[in-house]
Amino acid sequence: MPRRFSNNSSNDTSSNSPSFSPSSGKGGIAIKAPSVKSHRLSQFFSVSPKSKADHSVQSTVQSTTGNPNTTPPISSASLSLPTISLSTATADNLNMDEMPTTLFQPPTPEEARRLAKQHAQFGPIGHPSHRYSSRHPGGVFPEPVMDEPPYYYLLTTYISYLILIAFGHVRDFFGKRLREENYRHLKARNGYGALNSDFDNFYVRRLKLRINDCFERPVTGVPGRTITLIDRATDDYNHHFYLTGTTTDTLNLSSYNYLGFAQSEGPCADIAEDSVRRYGISTPSTRAETGTQDLHLEVEELIADFVGKEASMVFSMGFGTNANVFPALVSKGCLLISDELNHASIRFGARLSGASIAMFKHNDMKDLEIKLREAISQGQPRTHRPWKKILVVVEGLYSMEGSMCNLPGLVALKHRYKFNLFVDEAHSIGAIGPMGKGVCDYFSIDTAEVDILMGTMTKSFGANGGYIAADKAMIDKLRATNAGIFYGESPSPAVLSQISSALRIIKGDLVPGQGEERLQRLAFNSRYLRLGLKRLGFIVYGHDDSPIIPVLLFNPAKMPAFSHEMLKRKISVVVVGYPATPLVSSRARFCVSAAHTKDDLDRVLTACDEIGNVLQLKFSTGIAGGALPPTDEMAPPPEMEKEWQRKRTANMTPPRWRVEDVVRRGVQDVKSPLY
Amino acid sequence: MDLAETQRLLSEYLQELANLFHRVPGSAIFLRYVKSSYQDDPIRSAVELFLFLFAVRYLLAPKYSTKPGVVPLTEDEIDDLVDEWTPEPLVGEQTALEEMEIDRRTVIVGPVGPKSKLSSGRTVTNLSSFNFYNFNTNENLKEQAIQTLRNYGVGPCGPRGFYGTQDVHLKTEADIASYLGTAGCIMYSQAFSTISSVIPAFSKRGDIIVADRGVSFAIRKGIQISRSIVRWYDHNDMEDLERVLAKVTKEQARKPLTRRFIITEGLFESYGDMVNLPKIIELRLKYKFRLILDETWSFGVLGRTGRGVTEHQNVDAAEVDMIVGSLAGCLVGGGGFCAGSEEIVHHQRISASAYTFSAALPALLSTTASATINLLQNSPELVSQLRDHTKAMRAQLDPRSDWVYCSSAPENPVLILVIKPEVVASKKLTYNDQQFLLQDVVDECLANGVLISRLKTLEDDFEPKQVVPAGLKVCVTTGLTKKEIEKSGTIIRHAITKVMSKKK
Repeated sequence: MPRRFSNNSSNDTSSNSPSFSPSSGKGGIAIKAPSVKSHRLSQFFSVSPKSKADHSVQSTVQSTTGNPNTTPPISSASLSLPTISLSTATADNLNMDEMPTTLFQPPTPEEARRLAKQHAQFGPIGHPSHRYSSRHPGGVFPEPVMDEPPYYYLLTTYISYLILIAFGHVRDFFGKRLREENYRHLKARNGYGALNSDFDNFYVRRLKLRINDCFERPVTGVPGRTITLIDRATDDYNHHFYLTGTTTDTLNLSSYNYLGFAQSEGPCADIAEDSVRRYGISTPSTRAETGTQDLHLEVEELIADFVGKEASMVFSMGFGTNANVFPALVSKGCLLISDELNHASIRFGARLSGASIAMFKHNDMKDLEIKLREAISQGQPRTHRPWKKILVVVEGLYSMEGSMCNLPGLVALKHRYKFNLFVDEAHSIGAIGPMGKGVCDYFSIDTAEVDILMGTMTKSFGANGGYIAADKAMIDKLRATNAGIFYGESPSPAVLSQISSALRIIKGDLVPGQGEERLQRLAFNSRYLRLGLKRLGFIVYGHDDSPIIPVLLFNPAKMPAFSHEMLKRKISVVVVGYPATPLVSSRARFCVSAAHTKDDLDRVLTACDEIGNVLQLKFSTGIAGGALPPTDEMAPPPEMEKEWQRKRTANMTPPRWRVEDVVRRGVQDVKSPLY
Repeated sequence: MDLAETQRLLSEYLQELANLFHRVPGSAIFLRYVKSSYQDDPIRSAVELFLFLFAVRYLLAPKYSTKPGVVPLTEDEIDDLVDEWTPEPLVGEQTALEEMEIDRRTVIVGPVGPKSKLSSGRTVTNLSSFNFYNFNTNENLKEQAIQTLRNYGVGPCGPRGFYGTQDVHLKTEADIASYLGTAGCIMYSQAFSTISSVIPAFSKRGDIIVADRGVSFAIRKGIQISRSIVRWYDHNDMEDLERVLAKVTKEQARKPLTRRFIITEGLFESYGDMVNLPKIIELRLKYKFRLILDETWSFGVLGRTGRGVTEHQNVDAAEVDMIVGSLAGCLVGGGGFCAGSEEIVHHQRISASAYTFSAALPALLSTTASATINLLQNSPELVSQLRDHTKAMRAQLDPRSDWVYCSSAPENPVLILVIKPEVVASKKLTYNDQQFLLQDVVDECLANGVLISRLKTLEDDFEPKQVVPAGLKVCVTTGLTKKEIEKSGTIIRHAITKVMSKKK
């Protein structure tokens, strides 16, 4: 049982995390208030018997492993730290009492602080069973089940929007007459056209403004397992915010830190620091001129090897990677068929390319086939000339839906219709598959089936930028025709080192075992939280193994309410609504990380349970899984479980588990193929 | 008997139906309406019945395609067509020029500094990076970057809108705004993507853009994606600009007022020359156009303290609606920015795609940019030293060469050397010939220990096509002494002469 993390912390995370002390002098005092509060709060969350059991296991493990210093830690050279002020370390002392006292030497305050900081960025695994390997079990890839709420919620959602819009127009009507100065920027003035039109601006002005405090929340420090929010307040109804001088440590379910590589210590940060020392801060040139260093070549080779392609190229921005690659691939006379939910960067690039663009329904292979048959048989519009080439563009993992592309279906269609396939693995690379190599790995499909693999390093690798991987001939041609290479700034050494060290850890070349642990913990955490939410009765979108978990809220007013309630419980989440999603399906999105422990997720589940009751969010019908808890005598033997499950689905009762049961059954059920 | 039975059943059935009908809410009203209208006007009832039947028929009618020119085909025919269709390969064959591009790529091993080590093992004088002030290997800045790294990690792991806004980003934005003297500033995570996102955030379909013919690739992409109406004026020709502005104003006089923009660069990426900002400001005020100024190459370079072309030409930065610049070049940070009024900045935070849909800039690049801006602000001698060096380099190249001339402005540390038109004419050089020839010059310089590069440009399919003359790019750095600069200048000049005179 390889254990990588020294392990003397508690489940009380929020108060251990480092907190950035704001420049204003009084900040230091103010910090204490939230952390003490959070301490009490998290104690309250960890009353479940399971977590106590965990604790004893944890302690026994501790005694066998001995002194935490001897285990290969995730950070090694961190004693030479720059100044970091910590709010309080009292939480650790509290838990010292529970530790076995025989062989254990209580850590010095300095050591405790170091560990607290480390664990705030990456939590130690609670129990060796909290691992799973994500892999498609084979067979047809199931469509994700889209549960629907009772009509009452849909109706009230529409009515809410109607009221909001009507109210907005009433305010505009009077505002334009009584408070003219507020509308000046929407009107032509002094012979200049209005900078943004009244109509376009309505949504932002009258709807988004109401919930502006849920967006662009300023943060500080590492966006790891916890994230430190800088508190802010408003005096003018969200028009402007001012910082109050305090910070709040929250559990981070908002960052795309899938593998937990957002760390300011440990091997990645050490290597990044070393590379700043050796290479300087930046590579001030474009790739085509003299912005190519040995680091770039090394990273390109590593990425190509990792994703299973002959060659690759790296760029300094993920958005730019997509925006610039399509003009180099397709042009007038080519057809680009894109999934309707593809990311804005793909649309940006597609529009620049000049190719014709068609869309197919999200993940709908039947619709894609219809579109393909029509495109190939009809040819280009009017002239009916055959298309020069057809490029199908999909994403590996959709960031708002949590669904994965149906790669087996796409590959089958590709063989029949001879199109080229482009998979954007911005979210899936590192986050999916038994070896973290993305959707091809997950479905055990040869990467040769996909012509071009694109991905970003912002998410799983905790760095920045994007890559394109393909055959060598293709990459060589793209190197000479891609605007990102010619004009885009070259990625900087620290970023490249972060990428290469993260990749080497995932592969197991660096700190063997740690990469595997990260991958498996992410897979476990994703399934655990998803299962828990389903069982509590929430409508959750997406596939089971996806680390992106959207929880449907529907009513627009529930977006800020959910966000605020979560923030009260010291959990930071992302809420999204129209226009990023369809009008009705506003949602909250959880991004699970390998840095989370099971206790963190239990805390999230408890919070969701409470908030779900208050906000009436538990409206799933059960068709998406999360069946009722079987009583112990009723529980079927494992081999019969599938059969038994099928019988139950006939007369479905909506799942509304108690949170205690969810936590109790979670770990064992999460690994079974059903749910 | 049988008949009576049927009749009875039928009447029972009808009775049942009538009961059912009466139970439907509102049926009484409907019945009364039909009865009274039939009594008053039987024809109206007939028309209504006809309309009802027509609606039923319409709803039940089979769907038909509204797309023009679709040829109906059977499934078998489609299968045949699918079998026959052979697409072109996804990427074509490499051209000779592209092959050279890949073959002769220079790879730097180790840090990018005034002297850089190449993969061939040689250490050369680097006159090809935008490391004008040699901030890249500054130990102090490195130490600060490492501090940030140890506090923030590398990546911010999220877009600015969702918990990716770190305090360091807010600080850098404030630093830039106060440096330039604008009300606000917004940062993007790549300089190249900044302007092509800023333009479409404001200029939409139906709006009017008047742009310089010589603008950079990124601006062209921004204009292309905005789908606005574009009018071009000759490169840096203020009379032509006035003519175009007057024409547009006249054309649009009777139409509803739309947004109008002038887009130009401070120092031009492809030519190196400078814009005449006071004149443009005068014209923009006269004709009521907004001004988007791309200072990617002038920010940190021009002016007494590097504030850019506004400082250099004594223009208030507030006179320019949007100043777009880069933090990646000589400031050795990363990303780009757009500075302007609060309203302009705020609008971009919601509608500029490269901002909303991209991850935030790594914290250490952001703090580095803040630090270098601070350095420039506090030590104007850095800027004047760079200008001295530029002068020295220029003196070695421009007036003394028979083959090339420098199209850059005298203050521009990026010297773009273009083959003189008379040389091109006498030797009958095509565009490709020039590129190969210039690459030979680059190789010759490298053989003599000086690293420079060709001006690398890419053609696009946006009309009207822009042909940037082939050129060499020499970047001055204060990391070298004046002597070294002069010496490298001589080497470059001799290399040009050697290669050019060889070519028949």
